[in-house]
Amino acid sequence: MLTIADKVFGSRLLTGTGKFNSAVLMEEALLASGSELVTVALKRVDLKGQDDDILGHLKHSHISLLPNTSGVRNAKEAVFAAQLAREALETNWLKLEIHPDPKYLMPDPIETLKATEELAKLGFIILPYIHADPVLCKRLEDAGTAAVMPLGSAIGSNKGLKTIDFLEMIISQSNVPVIVDAGIGAPSDAAKAMEIGADAVLVNTAIAVSGDPVKMAEAFKIAVVAGRMAYEAKLGAISSLAAASSPLTSFLDEL
Amino acid sequence: MSFSDIFDSYSWEETSRSIYAKSAADVEAALAKNTRTLEDFKALISPAAAPYLEQMAQLSRQLTLKRFGRVMQLYVPLYLSNECNNICTYCGFSFDNKVRRKTLSPMEIMQEVAVIKEMGYDHVLLVTGEANQTVHTDYFKKVLELIRPHFSHISMEVQPMDLQDYQELIPLGLNTVLVYQETYHREDYRKHHPKGKKSNFEYRLETPDRLGEAGIHKMGLGVLIGLEDWRTDSFFTALHLGYLEKKYWKSKYSLSFPRLRPFSGGLEPKVEMNDRELVQLICAYRLLNEEVELSISTRESTVFRDHIVKLGITAISAGSKTNPGGYAVEPESLEQFEISDERSPAAIAEMLREQGYEPVWKDWDSSLA
Repeated sequence: MLTIADKVFGSRLLTGTGKFNSAVLMEEALLASGSELVTVALKRVDLKGQDDDILGHLKHSHISLLPNTSGVRNAKEAVFAAQLAREALETNWLKLEIHPDPKYLMPDPIETLKATEELAKLGFIILPYIHADPVLCKRLEDAGTAAVMPLGSAIGSNKGLKTIDFLEMIISQSNVPVIVDAGIGAPSDAAKAMEIGADAVLVNTAIAVSGDPVKMAEAFKIAVVAGRMAYEAKLGAISSLAAASSPLTSFLDEL
Repeated sequence: MSFSDIFDSYSWEETSRSIYAKSAADVEAALAKNTRTLEDFKALISPAAAPYLEQMAQLSRQLTLKRFGRVMQLYVPLYLSNECNNICTYCGFSFDNKVRRKTLSPMEIMQEVAVIKEMGYDHVLLVTGEANQTVHTDYFKKVLELIRPHFSHISMEVQPMDLQDYQELIPLGLNTVLVYQETYHREDYRKHHPKGKKSNFEYRLETPDRLGEAGIHKMGLGVLIGLEDWRTDSFFTALHLGYLEKKYWKSKYSLSFPRLRPFSGGLEPKVEMNDRELVQLICAYRLLNEEVELSISTRESTVFRDHIVKLGITAISAGSKTNPGGYAVEPESLEQFEISDERSPAAIAEMLREQGYEPVWKDWDSSLA
C-alpha cells in the first residue's frame, strides 16, 4: 500500500487528465488504470461554475483529486493558485508545478522550494514536480513536503527514465514517497521505475495519446503492479563479471 | 541587442537562393533527424520537399499529439475599431479606403461580449486598426478592465506599442499579443505601408523584443502570406522565433499563417500559396519546433480547416466577425476581410469531436497571473 501524508492508496499509479480527446474517454481510461489519485490542471477547469466537464467525469468514490498549478511561473503565483484550488475543489492536496519555461516545462527548483516552505506552513499536502535532483529532494523534505516527484525525462516526451542514476540516489535517501512523474512513455518504463524502488509513478501523455487509451491505462496498471512485486521480491543482482566455469586462479589453492 | 542586429546580418536574396537550392538529399537528411536546425527548416519549406509532404504530415501529427494531445484550443476575434491612420495596400481598414469608421463604446463592447460568451468562448482576441488619437493605451486599459471579469484569456492584435504601454496593460489582464511583421522584405514592406506609423519597419520588427522585455505571457508571430515569397518570409519568421525563444525564455509563442484574402477594392496576392504549400509550411514549422503553438483562422476554407486539424494545428477560431460590432451592434458593417469558413463555434466543436479532438474553451485562469 502506498501512503502519502496520512492517506493510504491501493494503487501506485497516479494519472492525469490532460490531452484526452473527450472527458468520457478520459473517465473510462482512468477507471481502467485503477488510479486513486488523479491530477487536474487548475487552468483547465472552471473554478467558478458548477458543471465543469472534466470534474464531472472524476466523481468516483475511489478517486481523489490532485489539483496542479501548471501555468504558474513563480512561488507567489503558486501560493495564490493553491489557495484558490483549496477553496474551489475542497482539498488541501496539491501537485506543485512551477515551470517558468513554457518550452521544455522544466521545473524551477528555487521557486518550488520557496513555495513548498510557504504552503507547508499553510497546511497543504504538497507533491512537488522537480528535476531529479537528490539534494533538492532533501531540502524539500526539510521544508515539509509530503512526497517528491522527480522527472524521468521531460514532460510529455515519452523518453523514459533518462535520469535513472539520480532517481536511484533519491530513492535510497528519501524519507518521503518518491513518485516518478514525467517522461514515462511505456509500461516498461513504469515497471522499471517501480523495480528500482519508486513508490509510485504518474502517467498521463502515454495513456491519453495512445491509440487505445483504455487498454493502455490497463497496461500501465499491470506494469506498475508487476514492477512493485519485482521490487518487493528483490531482483537478482546484475553482474558484469562472468562466473567462469573454469576458474583461472584455482591453481593457487593447490600450491 | 535586439532582433534587428541579427536580422541585418542576413540578406533576403541570399536566403532565398539557399532555400531554392535545397535538394531531395537535404530534405531526407532533415526528415531523418530528431532535432532540426534552421538549415533543415529551409530544406523542408523548399520546393524539393514537395514530394515528401505525406511523410512530413505524418511526423507533424505525431509530434503535435505528443506535445499537445488530442485537444484543440478555440478563440474568437472581437473587433473593437476599424479606425486607422495607416495605408496598407491589402487591408479593408486602410486609411484611404472609404468606409464608415467606428470604435465601439463600452456599452457596445458589452453587447458584443454577451454574444461571444453565449457562443461558449472564454478566450477572446481583441483587434483594432491603428488610430493613436482615439484607440490608445488608455482606451485599451478601459477595455481590459471592462472585459476581464468575462474571459480567462485575453489576447490583442493591435498596433505595436512602447515597452511602457505593455508594462501597463499586462497587469490588467493582457495575456497574449499578436504582432505580425507582414513581410520581412524591407523594401516591399515600404511599398505596402506607404503612410502612417506602420511604415516604420524597424519599430514593428522590434515589437516582440519589447513584449519579451515586458514579460508577456504569450506572443504570436507571422507574416501575411501573399505579399512576398512565402518561403523566404517563413524562414525569417522561424529565425525571429528562435531568437525570441532563447532570449525571452519565459514567454510562450504561437505562429499564424494568414493568406491574403479578398476585400472590397483590395490587392491581389503577388505570390500565391496553394493549399499543398500551406500544409507543407505548417508541417515544416512543427518539425522545426515541437513546442510552438500553431493557429488557423476562418480565412481558410471549410474543407481545408477540417483536414488541417490533424496535421499540426493547436488553435482554431470559429464564428468570427471581422468588423467592429459584427456580433451584435452592427452586423452589416464592412469587414476587414471576407471570412471563408462561416460555421458556428458549435459546428466547429462538433467537427473537432468527430475527428477525435476535445475542443478546449478554457486553458488559462485569470486568477493565475
